[in-house]
Amino acid sequence: MAPVPASRPRLAPGCRMNEKSQQPRALLMPERALRLNGPSLEIVERCDGQHTVGQIIAELQKLYSKADPVKVEQDILGYLDLLQKERALDFE
Amino acid sequence: MKVPVSAPLALVAELTHRCPLHCVYCSNPLEMARREQELSTAAWTDVLRQASELGVLQIDFTGGEPLARPDLAELIRAARSSGLYASLITSGLPLDEKRLEELVHAGLDHLQLSFQDAYEESADEFAGAQAHAQKLRVAEWVKRHRIALTLNFVIHRRNLDRLEEMLELTEKIAPSRVEFAHVQYYGWAFANRERLLPTRQQLDRSLEILKRAEEKLRGRIRVEYVVPDYYAKYPKACMGGWGRKVLLITPTGEVLPCHAAKILPGMKFENVRAQPLRRIWEESESFQKFRGEEWMPEPCRSCDRRTQDFGGCRCQAFLLAGDAAATDPVCSLSPRRDLVDEILAEANSTPSVATSTNSEWLYRINP
Repeated sequence: MAPVPASRPRLAPGCRMNEKSQQPRALLMPERALRLNGPSLEIVERCDGQHTVGQIIAELQKLYSKADPVKVEQDILGYLDLLQKERALDFE
Repeated sequence: MKVPVSAPLALVAELTHRCPLHCVYCSNPLEMARREQELSTAAWTDVLRQASELGVLQIDFTGGEPLARPDLAELIRAARSSGLYASLITSGLPLDEKRLEELVHAGLDHLQLSFQDAYEESADEFAGAQAHAQKLRVAEWVKRHRIALTLNFVIHRRNLDRLEEMLELTEKIAPSRVEFAHVQYYGWAFANRERLLPTRQQLDRSLEILKRAEEKLRGRIRVEYVVPDYYAKYPKACMGGWGRKVLLITPTGEVLPCHAAKILPGMKFENVRAQPLRRIWEESESFQKFRGEEWMPEPCRSCDRRTQDFGGCRCQAFLLAGDAAATDPVCSLSPRRDLVDEILAEANSTPSVATSTNSEWLYRINP
């Protein structure tokens, strides 16, 4: 399934963030670790099977209110697409 | 001069050299450690803590067959409580549902299951053991748990023509990730190279199939493969560069920059029994030897690619050119590329599907 607004992304089996006490924060998956900072951390924290893609976009647009909302949306969709390609997400 | 050093990202923990398989391309050294020489549970637990403090994020428990260690669940638990991501690289033998459950409960994040072929008969020939049927069972059990599953197919001259069948099997099992790993010519594979090196035609066909599979399975199964380096134009960035990203600890506690480094003459590798891991990573002579660019000969030294491939593989330079500090001979810019071209000419002068009997293989022994 693709990252459409109504889908609810959650981290795939074997993909998780490192502990809050560990710096820098990272998304850990088989043979890969993606460093998370700022927006990427905010996105991945919301990939919990609860938030819809639409909600993630709305929340980050609020969080980064100085940024162009269209750009924020594009960046989020691009990042979710990357995570999907890495097989780090399931969409429910 | 000391080269500035960053933190390693991954630790390869070779828990044991014992293994029920006898694969003809095993990456273990020809001389292996015996059980009584292996690090204890307490020693490994301490190493895991040190690795995490050093900045390591991920640990690969491998071997030999790591399941041969009865304390594996305990080590996974220790890795997780040190904040590490725990992968198990396994043949799936010996494993049953109960032990798998124990490993998952201990915190296993990811299991990588090796496959030798799509079919039982040939798979078992390459493994030198009856293993294929058990692997299929293990894959099914793993799928019942919320952990990542990688299938790792080792590919070479004698099974590359069955790549499509391997992909069919992959789709049937539906893991989150599949690796098609060309045999790399070190250890047992170097001894069996003549029988393992694919032809150019086999390789070209396989790359097309894999590219299509990658697109078809995108978002469902992550497909990973690399061009075998004898056929590449430039060398691989072996281990992401010597002493840059990965460290490996042998069953007896020696700390190496890669699987094969022990073959390099005149090198002394430090042991975690005697020194802290941080000191070995940051200051030992062995880790500094080929770190950075100081050691590089021409054409590497002035090459734009030196920050991408770091001069290629030191073990390959030694095995092929007899000099660990030479430019990797697989590089098209290497003055010794002729060595590789000669090997390829030989491999391409005979048909790929030569009939052979098991007795031709040099099978890996068990320590």
